[in-house]
Amino acid sequence: METAFYLAATVAVLATIMVITRYNMIHALLYLVVSFLAVAVVFLTMGAPFMAALEVIVYAGAIVVLIIFVIMMLSLTREDVEQEKAWLQPKLWMGPALLSFVLLAELVYLLVVAEMPAAPATAGSYVDAKAVGLALYGPYVLGVQLSGILLMAGIVGAYHLGRQKKKVIHRFLQEKEPQKERSAVI
Amino acid sequence: MTAIPMETGLMLAGVLFMLGLISVMIRRNIIFMLISVEIMLNAAGLAFIVAGSHWAQPDGQIMFIFILTMAAAEVSVGLALILQIYHQLKTLNSDAANFMKG
Amino acid sequence: MRELLWLIPALPFAGALLLVLFGNRISRALVSAIGVGSVGLSAAVTLVLGFEYLTARPAFIRQEVWQWFDVAGFSPSIAFHLDALSMVFIFVITFVGFLIHIYSTEYMAEDKDYSRFFACMNLFVGSMLMLVMADNLLLLYLGWEGVGLCSYLLIGFWYKEPANGYAARKAFIITRVGDTAMAIGLFMLFQHFGTLHIQSISTEAAQVWSVGNETAMIIALLLLGGAVGKSGQLPLQTWLPDAMAGPTPVSALIHAATMVTAGVYLVARMHVIFQLSPVAMMAVAVIGAVTLLIAGFAALTQYDIKRVLAYSTISQVGYMFLALGVGAWSAGVFHFMIHGFFKALLFLCAGAIILALHHEQDMRKMGGLSKKLPVVFYTFLIGAASLAAFPLVSAGFYSKDQILWLQLAGENGNIWLYLAGLLGAFITSIYTFRMVFLTFFGEERTHVGHKPTMAITVPLIILAVLSFAGGFIELPHNFGHVVLFSDFLAPILPAVNVVPDFTQFEWMLQLLAAVISLGGIFIAYLFYYKKPELIENIHRSETAMAIHRFWHSGWGFDKLYDALFVRPYVYLSKINKSDFIDAIYTFIANATQGLHQLFAQTQTGVMRNYVMGVVVGAIMILTISLLL
Repeated sequence: METAFYLAATVAVLATIMVITRYNMIHALLYLVVSFLAVAVVFLTMGAPFMAALEVIVYAGAIVVLIIFVIMMLSLTREDVEQEKAWLQPKLWMGPALLSFVLLAELVYLLVVAEMPAAPATAGSYVDAKAVGLALYGPYVLGVQLSGILLMAGIVGAYHLGRQKKKVIHRFLQEKEPQKERSAVI
Repeated sequence: MTAIPMETGLMLAGVLFMLGLISVMIRRNIIFMLISVEIMLNAAGLAFIVAGSHWAQPDGQIMFIFILTMAAAEVSVGLALILQIYHQLKTLNSDAANFMKG
Repeated sequence: MRELLWLIPALPFAGALLLVLFGNRISRALVSAIGVGSVGLSAAVTLVLGFEYLTARPAFIRQEVWQWFDVAGFSPSIAFHLDALSMVFIFVITFVGFLIHIYSTEYMAEDKDYSRFFACMNLFVGSMLMLVMADNLLLLYLGWEGVGLCSYLLIGFWYKEPANGYAARKAFIITRVGDTAMAIGLFMLFQHFGTLHIQSISTEAAQVWSVGNETAMIIALLLLGGAVGKSGQLPLQTWLPDAMAGPTPVSALIHAATMVTAGVYLVARMHVIFQLSPVAMMAVAVIGAVTLLIAGFAALTQYDIKRVLAYSTISQVGYMFLALGVGAWSAGVFHFMIHGFFKALLFLCAGAIILALHHEQDMRKMGGLSKKLPVVFYTFLIGAASLAAFPLVSAGFYSKDQILWLQLAGENGNIWLYLAGLLGAFITSIYTFRMVFLTFFGEERTHVGHKPTMAITVPLIILAVLSFAGGFIELPHNFGHVVLFSDFLAPILPAVNVVPDFTQFEWMLQLLAAVISLGGIFIAYLFYYKKPELIENIHRSETAMAIHRFWHSGWGFDKLYDALFVRPYVYLSKINKSDFIDAIYTFIANATQGLHQLFAQTQTGVMRNYVMGVVVGAIMILTISLLL
């Protein structure tokens, strides 16, 4: 089990690195699917098979497919890939990367220093879908309802924003020409 | 079943989160930014699962389900916005959408 | 009938409102009808109420229209109070005002701002009536400032001439000095009595304070400050001669007959407070005496006919103050009434002359008008006789004689005040008849254009009759002893106690006053008609000319104030042009603006920058929590 976990974790990290370094969106999305699948394996090793299934179905399935559909609608070309390449200069991503490493270092420090309470005997044991379902519709029923409202808002918002209207920019900005792209400051 | 130390799982979640964070900062392409946000959300979900597994409680998994719901809603609205931005500005460069400049 | 009281001030206000709102859209005839009619109706109501008042003889009539406001026990009401004192003032204001309005229909006929003129005049009459009818001092103050406003508007009526605007501002600012003092006096009264109701203050003050009380003195002096400013008395008299920049009917109504006597009204109305303070009484008398002399000498040297009359007004109001200062309340009010008649008459005559001579006001360019303008000549002569206190037949003789007599015979009398009054009377008759001889005799120097018509002559004749007959309602003890006027005022204003020793000398003093008056007329006749070469002799003397210039400039008060107040103020404002107090607030505003611009820079609209901001913030918070 441990081997599986470390293997999957390595795959997940590598796949994610590939995602964030790709210039082509479709390639990036394929690596993203790999990353999600690896995380799903991690879930399995953690004793959460139902969540692993959901990860595969919703993340790797629905969400990524949705993004791919949008990319297809936008009909991106080779020029966009070149553009992406031009944007991703090392001097541009060095700073943010450094910042993120600082954040990671702090997180790791916290994890190492913190006195973890001793794990109970049942640690890592199998929590099946039944227990999740009972808790979800028991103490967490309010959260389910709120999720429903959120999804409803998402549907209405997506429909409203997705409509092809004649004028969408705010009326105060109509007269103005879209401003020239500013050179990156970072 | 041998338990995997919680620290290891959380570190994995932290690394994934950090990678998403780097990406969201360096990318100008708005679709890439959305993808990066998805990575970060997934990392957060992973952290919940790890914690839930440590205590052998279903709560962590329930939080993951909520994050999943949220991610789905976010992606749908985000993609609709992307379509609109592309329709209006004929570009995916997020820097072009700087009408809110003070 | 007494419910009609509120109509007296309300009618002119309504007229003013109508003219302000619709004045530009209606015909001149209708403007005249509203402007004159509102004051005429007000005069009619006054007449009706006056009959009722005279027959029923109540102590006073009070009508509360509504409560103005009620804050923490301070609840002044819009209430009108009619007693003998206000009756006299209302009578003069409405009737003289009515006649002057009629006169104005012709005088202002050619003016393009006809309706504006009548709107302001009506507003003035309404405010003045409110002033004299007010039941409490706050309402009185409202009317007081109202007439000040109208005075400003009407002095600067021909505002296209910068000098007129300057004169208007001067009048407004100088009277404001006095008004500030008065406002402080009102605050102090309120602080002590918790009310501004005139009747309650008068009753309570006599009980609370004994004679010579210091607070009473301060309040009386502060109120006197307001009265001095409004009435053009020393040291705030400099605005009145310049106020002649307004149209002549305005000078007649506001700057001769009514508004400048508001100070007299105030002192008479608050006489209880003044009686408690001998110092304030003395101040009133001395101010009156000095003013009447200074203004009299200044009037001697003026060439502008309206300025002569303006200085004469200052001088005559000085007589009223002199009377009030020795406690001869009813004598002062009597002189106010007679002065209102004859000074309005003289101003209106001057206006008719000015109109006839194409707006020429310099007396050196007049002359020989007695044949050309006979009605104006004879009415002017009656007015001048009254002003110069021509013995026996003129009203002015009786009113002025009473004042002079009480200076000596009254218990507060003083020989120096009497001599000042006597000298003033002498000068008065000289400058008055100097005016008559220069204007109406000698050869004609300017062609007579406009001949006065009914609208001018009828008010002149009525005022002439009043200036002639008005004196017979109050005759001295030794002949006639008619005391209708002082009897009428007796319930309100206490009579002055006459020292009995002097009674047998009364006829001698009257003879002296008559001789003084006739002597003044004779000197004017000698210098300005019979032997003009005497004047030229004077003109050759350097010293005499220096005095002449000094008096001509009104004793140099304008220059003095210019050097004392105006120049230092202008200098100070110049060195503080950027206003250092303001700089503090501008700095705050600028700093805010600068910070705003600084932070606006962070609003780049670039999403990646915002994400960076979030991350940096998260790192900082995490670091801080780690370090702590």
